[in-house]
Amino acid sequence: MKTLSDKLLGGKQGVLGLALLALLIMVILPLGLDIFRLNLVGKYLTYAFVALSLVLLWGNGGILSLGQGMFFGLGGYCMAMFLKLEASDPISTKIQTTPGIPDFMDWNQLTALPWFWEPFKSLPFTILAILIVPTIFAYIIGFAMFKRRVGGVYFAIITQAIALILSILIVGQQGYTGGVNGITDLKTMLGWDIRTDSAKYILYYVNALLLFGCIFLSRYILTSKFGMLLLAMRDKEERVRFSGYDVSDFKIFTFCVAAMISAIGGAMFTLQVGFMSPSFVGIVPSIEMVIFAAVGGRMSLIGAVYGTLLVNYGKTVFSETYPELWLFLMGGLFIAVVMFFPDGLAGIYQKHARKIPFLKRWVAEEKQKQTDAHASHGKVGTKLGAEA
Amino acid sequence: MSNTDFILAIEDLTVSFDGFKAVDKLNLYVDKNELRVVIGPNGAGKTTVLDLICGKTKSTSGSIKFKNKELTKLAEHEIVRAGVGRKFQTPSIYENLTVYQNLEVSYPRGRSVWGSLLFKRSDDVMARVYKVAEEILLKDLLDMEAALLSHGQKQWLEIGMLLMQEPELLMLDEPVAGMSAKERDQTAELLNRICQNRSVIVIEHDMEFVKKIAHKVTVLHQGKILAEGSMDKVQADEKVIEVYLGH
Repeated sequence: MKTLSDKLLGGKQGVLGLALLALLIMVILPLGLDIFRLNLVGKYLTYAFVALSLVLLWGNGGILSLGQGMFFGLGGYCMAMFLKLEASDPISTKIQTTPGIPDFMDWNQLTALPWFWEPFKSLPFTILAILIVPTIFAYIIGFAMFKRRVGGVYFAIITQAIALILSILIVGQQGYTGGVNGITDLKTMLGWDIRTDSAKYILYYVNALLLFGCIFLSRYILTSKFGMLLLAMRDKEERVRFSGYDVSDFKIFTFCVAAMISAIGGAMFTLQVGFMSPSFVGIVPSIEMVIFAAVGGRMSLIGAVYGTLLVNYGKTVFSETYPELWLFLMGGLFIAVVMFFPDGLAGIYQKHARKIPFLKRWVAEEKQKQTDAHASHGKVGTKLGAEA
Repeated sequence: MSNTDFILAIEDLTVSFDGFKAVDKLNLYVDKNELRVVIGPNGAGKTTVLDLICGKTKSTSGSIKFKNKELTKLAEHEIVRAGVGRKFQTPSIYENLTVYQNLEVSYPRGRSVWGSLLFKRSDDVMARVYKVAEEILLKDLLDMEAALLSHGQKQWLEIGMLLMQEPELLMLDEPVAGMSAKERDQTAELLNRICQNRSVIVIEHDMEFVKKIAHKVTVLHQGKILAEGSMDKVQADEKVIEVYLGH
């Protein structure tokens, strides 16, 4: 019988993977990097939330969303609206025509704060909005698509189109959203300056803890019957439907959870980087995040984090030296992974980690235990069968 | 239509695909605990009838009553929950999951989103999985990935997945296709065992197999019933010999 802790940690192999990742993120990187570089890693780790959501949705559920950037963006914008309002107090904006509203609104001849900005003066509301707005949005899209049994390529294209529409909308509605520049010059959260080094360290750790929280949440979902059903649906959707399950409900729920996880990443991005712009909402970032998940291994939650870190490290190194080549390299990387390593980094690890003798023994012991359990229960089952 | 004692009562059922009537004013009644075999030439509408009953295809007109409950308006999963199980022609199992997981996923508890998140592998679930696994002769292969099973074992596994749900009406589309002679015999025994307390509809071409299991045979032709009755009666029928069995 699986206990809750077993479910969350994923057995011996899972504990080892989590411990290594925690060691890297919580100890090695903060000790080895200066705050500028660490802040950059923190930014990459916010993308890992999206990669994680894609492992749930795409790797396990077989639902490819090419529009996860919109949820990342919605979470990020919610956070940015709160921070922007705090940065736009009447004293620091007294040179504006209308003091007390965000600067870009003033430049666009707005004279009052739009109604939907008002509630973002409250931090509790903002936090709720970060979690709920993207989820409701995902629910509406999911309901409309999955109840009509739209899936596969069509779903991917539609999510891509919606991400594009959203980014165009944000750019077009300059007065309300800050347009193509996004929402910039964010300074404090409830008076706490988020630009200082100490704040960056704290935000990095908050981000890391939230990321592990999301890994645990995802792992709980995947190890429950729900997770088994996701795999079953990916394989034989009809069979699941004709076993008495409303398949669309399961897809909608997964899409909503994936949206919420992405949004948390977006909000942490805004806090650590200090701005949010439409360039994180549209098609290109959405597809990049699919590549992160693919490189890490689309079935592996932990792999998604490594994939994100690795690709972004590559991006930083290569785009500094060969900026115009980077996009080609990224495309090539994606093709190579799909063709030669369909299970990504996690697949390579799985294949080779087994060869390390002490690991091999450790994992084998556990496997044996499981088989023994079935064998002994099998006998019980036989007895029951005979009695009945 | 008034209520009846039949477990399944199909009346005036018609489905038309762009004017072509695959099933044409069909009337079919199945008793409780009956094992009915449906035979007929290719394109007779056999599989379409099963599709209509389980909701995969929507009827153009007519009614399907299961325990006097109208099925034509229900969604697929609601029909399953009412007690109708369907096995597809090609074995439809979850290749990535183990035999154990295939059976457990089919257990009729935790069918909602939240129910499945909170589902616990309790003793009664395990006992049921082991019992069904024994019934379908896969007791020793519980930890095997389903993709590695032989074709015949996959067919059994799918039947087992349906048994997990304890349906009152079980519909099997060519359950012995691609099986060896020995496997056919074992499947015939299995079907005779499981129809003790439920009704079963089987579509089959193999006449030897049909003889072993059928209580009553229905012959379909061009979406209509050509003949119905015991195996001997049907085999002697002139029209049946003409269109299906051959001289």
